[in-house]
Parts: sequence; C-alpha cells; structure tokens
Amino acid sequence: MRMLIINGTVIQWDKIEKANVLIEEGTIVSTKAAPDTDADKIIDADGLYVLPGLIDAHCHLRDPGFEYKEDMVSGTKSAARGGFTSIACMPNTNPVVDNAAVVRYIIEKSKKEGYVNVFPIGAISKGLDGIELAEMGIMKEAGIVAVSDDGKPVMNSDVMKKALIYAAQFDLPVISHCEDLNLTDGGSMNEGLTSTVLGLRGIPASSEDVMVAREILLSEYTKIPVHIAHVSTKASVELIRQAKKRGIKVTAETCPHYFTLTEEACKNYNTNAKMNPPLRSREDLEAVIEGLKDDTIDMIATDHAPHHFDEKNVEFEKAANGIVGFETALALGYTKLVEPGHLSLPKLIEKMTVSPAKMLRIDKGTLERGKAADITIVDFDSEYTVDVSKFASKSKNSPFDGFKVKGKVMTTIVGGKIVYEKHEFFG
Amino acid sequence: MRLSSKDLLGLEDIGAEEITFILETAKEMKKIVTSSMKRVNYLQGRSVVSLFYENSTRTRVSFELAAKYMGAQAVNVSVASSSVAKGETLIDTGKTLEAMGTDIVIIRHNQSGAPHLLARNINASVINAGDGMHEHPTQALLDMMTMQETFGTLEGLKVAIIGDIYHSRVARSNIIGLTKMGAQVQLFAPSTLMPVGIEHLGAKIFPTIKDAIYDCDVVMGLRVQLERQKKCLFPTTNEYCKFFGINPDNIKGAKKNALWMHPGPVNRGVEMTSTIIDADNSVINKQVTNGVAVRMALLYLLIGREEF
Repeated sequence: MRMLIINGTVIQWDKIEKANVLIEEGTIVSTKAAPDTDADKIIDADGLYVLPGLIDAHCHLRDPGFEYKEDMVSGTKSAARGGFTSIACMPNTNPVVDNAAVVRYIIEKSKKEGYVNVFPIGAISKGLDGIELAEMGIMKEAGIVAVSDDGKPVMNSDVMKKALIYAAQFDLPVISHCEDLNLTDGGSMNEGLTSTVLGLRGIPASSEDVMVAREILLSEYTKIPVHIAHVSTKASVELIRQAKKRGIKVTAETCPHYFTLTEEACKNYNTNAKMNPPLRSREDLEAVIEGLKDDTIDMIATDHAPHHFDEKNVEFEKAANGIVGFETALALGYTKLVEPGHLSLPKLIEKMTVSPAKMLRIDKGTLERGKAADITIVDFDSEYTVDVSKFASKSKNSPFDGFKVKGKVMTTIVGGKIVYEKHEFFG
Repeated sequence: MRLSSKDLLGLEDIGAEEITFILETAKEMKKIVTSSMKRVNYLQGRSVVSLFYENSTRTRVSFELAAKYMGAQAVNVSVASSSVAKGETLIDTGKTLEAMGTDIVIIRHNQSGAPHLLARNINASVINAGDGMHEHPTQALLDMMTMQETFGTLEGLKVAIIGDIYHSRVARSNIIGLTKMGAQVQLFAPSTLMPVGIEHLGAKIFPTIKDAIYDCDVVMGLRVQLERQKKCLFPTTNEYCKFFGINPDNIKGAKKNALWMHPGPVNRGVEMTSTIIDADNSVINKQVTNGVAVRMALLYLLIGREEF
C-alpha cells in the first residue's frame, strides 16, 4: 500500500515547505516525492497544511470505569477529529492505573478498538493516595510511558522526592499536578474579584505556585527531570523560567484554555468554565502566552476531561472539573497564538508534536523518513464555528461552543491508515 | 408595573430604579403588617413554596407570613425530611414543585448560584433567600428600607459594615445595593475575612474599626460563625470581640443619630456587645418587621394578581 500526499504545505517543527509525502506500508518513505509518483491512494492537499500527527501528553479517556463520560472508541475518535495521532492518558480511571493489569487492559483495548495510538500513564502512588509508590517497574514493562497522580497532587514532599528517584531508575518521566490542597481549601474557581462577586471560594494562584517551586527544588536536588502539568499562573511561569536558566531539568505544559479564557468565563456560574487548575486572571493568561513564546512552556496539552451533562448541570461547587479538549486544541492554538503573532506556525506545531514526544520519550512527532506515518492534514485558512453537538467525544462540556476559529482538521492518518477524513471515521 | 425579570436572584441584576420601586411598594405593605387586620387578597389563588437547604428562623417565617398575609397558599419544604435526603437533584426537586402548580419558589441554599441554576431550569419565579456566600437580596432590601425610613434617603449615607465580610452574603448584597443607591459603604474585617477585590464593588476598606465607623450614619454588624476559628481565620472569640467587635468604645466616632443594625442571629458579646444590641439606636427588631414588608412587596411584584 503506497499513499501519496501531494500539493500540501508540509510543516515540521523547524521548517515549512511545499512538499509531497510518500508513505509505504505505514512508514514515511519520502517528503520529496515527485508529484507523479505511482501510488494506490493519492490525497490532494492543495491549500492545506500537512503536519506530523499531533501528540497529547495529557488527557483523560475515562476507560475503564467512567465509560458514561468517554470510552476508548469515543475518546480516540475525539482525538482523531482533533488531529491527534498519539495521546497519553492519565491514570485516574476506576480502577486506577496503578498496576500492570489495568495498563494491559488499556493497551489491548486501544489496539483493538482505538483510532489513534494510546500511551498509558501510570500512577505515582497506589490508588493516587500519595502515600505508597505504585508498581512503576512492572507497569513500565506493561507499557506505561510516564507516571503521574494527575487530578491529585502528591502532597507529601518526601513521597514526591522518592517518586522522582525511583521513576528515574525505570526511565519514566514524572508529571506533576501542582496543587497545595491546603491552599486550595475547598475552592472551586480562581481567587479574585470574580470569585468574590459570585460568592465562590477561591483557589489562590499560590496553591499552584508553591508546588511548582517544590518540584523545581526537588528536581534540582535529585538532578532528575520533572514535568509540570497544566501551568496556569504568572508566578509558575516565572519560577520555571528561572529554573531553566539555572539548568534545572524542568519541562512544562499549558492547555488551550489557559491562553484563551480568564476566570470571567465562570460568570453566571458557567460550569463549563470550571476546571482544575482554574481559569486565572488576564495577567496570568498573558504570562502563559509569554511563557509559550520564550519556550519556558515547552508544550501544549489538552487535559481533555470529558464529563456527563448531569455532572455539569448542577451547582457550581458540585460540578465536575474539566472540559473536552481534543477537538478545539489545534484551532485555539492557531487562532489565539499564531494569528495574533505570538508563535509561528512551526513553533505551535513543535509544541504539539516534537516537545511532548521528547518529554514522553516516544519515537513520534516528525515526518522524517523511516518514521511511522502519523500525519494530520489541516485547513488553517477557513474560519468555522465550534459546535459541541458535532464533537466525537461522548461529552459536550466545552466553554468554546460558538467560538469562531481557524484550523480545521481535514484528515488524520495513523500508521499510514486514514482514521478520520471529512467528518467520517475509519476503524 | 412588575419587575423586569421573573426572578429575584440578586441585587447585582437590578438597577436603582427597581430597588426604589420595591422599597416604595414595601412601604405600603408595611401598613398591612402593622395593622390589626393583616389580610389582603393580592396573592389569592397563588402558591408559594419555600425550599430551605439551610436552617433559618426569621427569613423562612418572614416569607411564609408575607405570603399568608396576602392570601397565598404557603408551604415549607423541610429539606432534611424530603426527597433531597434521598439524593434528588435541585433541578428535579424544583421541577417536581413546579409540576404541583407552584407559582414561586423561595430558595435558601448553601451553594452560591443554586437559585440561578433553579431559575434557569423552571418556569416558576424564584426568589433567592440567601445562597452560599453570594447574595441575600431580601435582607439588603429590608436593611435599605430601615435606613430609608430613618434618614428619608439612601443617597449620601455612610454605612459601615463590620465583621466576617468574606463569608457574608448579607454584606455582598448590601454593598451592591447601597452603592447603587448612592450610599458609601465602609468596610472593616479581620484581614483573613476580607474577600479579594471587594473594593472593586465600590466599597472602601479601612485599617481600623474606628476609622471605618467614624462619621457613619449606620453601623452594621455581621454574624461570625464560631467554628471559623478552627480554620485559622481568627484565634479566639475573645480576641475577635476585642479587635473586631462592635462595642460602646469604638462606635463613639459615629454620628449622634446613627443606627446599629445586625441581620441576626447575633452572637451577643462576640461581634456586638449587648449594650449596643439593646441600645435605643439599635433597629434590629425594626429590621425584622421591615423584612416581612419587603418580602410582601417582592411576592406581589413577581406573582401578584393584576387586578384586585
């Protein structure tokens, strides 16, 4: 099976050029193929952009245990519709991914039913309780690519220090959800004027900042890399910037909502704007963008967190945290970062391909000869309106419904096979 | 004339004109409350349900009497013995009440925004009788009515609000309402109980209780929940009373004819000493009377019969 993608503008993290991509048996053979090369399938990407398939270092697939929110099929379809070809899913399922059996379940199910490559992330601690280490070594053998207690912080600093040291022995990156629960103190949105007016308990920015500082210091002390999940505050960006200058091996991600929305989106008790960490102030949003510009923030992750309508159609403080992320991430990155001139298009793509691949230590993210043909073809020129009812995800909890954006995924190819094209999925 | 919305969820949503109109209507209603024949038929054939997820004496009874004085059918749902205890959601409870023909639901809830959620999901009117730390609009209206009765106007009044501003829906509604009516609100609280950004609502924060009270027309105390000390918000009630409580010494700078107010229930000797509570300038009981009048006005303006 030979596939040829012609007339497209190919974007790699370091360059942007008109090129024809030739795929043979699921592998990229050439990015300089002649347009008349013989092929079984020819995709005309005239006027479109051809990217390495997007990689998400942070999502929640809800399978096993919360299949009413999302499952392997709907979650990977949602990813494919968003242009993601590889996704790393967090372990806060039920049961928790803290043992090899659940890892194997996810990998086998994704191979059988999934539309994109799924890389499970194992728990740092048993049951995500932050007390005893999970079986990182055995889970690594079963296929995890990283460890994290995401959704919950590891509150005990000594546990975190030992987790870093132990995970390093198995070459597993550690992803930290930075939150001091004592400072969060039952809060449900960012602490500021909006929380005061709404009468909602506020989560101070310092709840995130003190833990980012702790992870940086532990990384410096142990000389082991640490990855900071979903950075949302100005002070966290600055702490990471200074740490990098001092040579500490810290990497960081943010999510589209933190460079698109502020706490004001919570007005009228809009539970689709409720997430953890919470949407912050305008100043924080601007700092996140600055952090993306100077590479303090290495990558953009989705934190795809689907929830059932009933879990959001409740009192704000009772509502579940998180939003559907896959299907708006690339468009928000383009519309909010590239169009206003904050990032070049190749830089945006780097933060959604090469950077997460490097952090997760997976062989993905480029269109180099010999690599698996994970490719996303995108129309960045026509504006469209986000319509949550069209989401492939089982859940529709997004604050971006009705947003006008650019960056529509036309085709998603995983391992040389078209899995999504023109609103249709191919299993 | 009616209110512009089917609901009263907070003073944030209504303007000075509507506040004035409600207070004018309440003035008329007060004549009924204080007469010996407390019965009119403005709400005849209407049904009023109060749905209280938190304990309350004065607000619940006040609404019930307001409804009954005007001839409505009034029912109280006691949440502890209702389907809520079986896990029914707020929306489902609201829809159930509506299906029984309820014209208006009076809701008190420990979660901020709960009345808004209910109002969005049912066609019946909703009055917020206090939601979490958000608003308590009828309390602020009765407070404003009480001030207006004494001073004739709210414009230019200086009102000191002292105490646990952070957790107080009474404070928020009063700050919003009084500011809209042209009064100046002066705040003082333990710094741990002063919410972030409150000054952007138009209130001024003062460094000491005496500064906040100086030259004021009204001094309003707020209830402090004694269990807050377990959350490191203040060390002891003794220290609270000394530095943050309203006592004869620190109200000396207020105007001679100033009023002492409190939404109740009071912790005597904590946020306010008994000498203040029982003083001639104290209008705490008048507030309660005006509460019935204000609630009658609101019920009438939201679901009252057009003709009578």
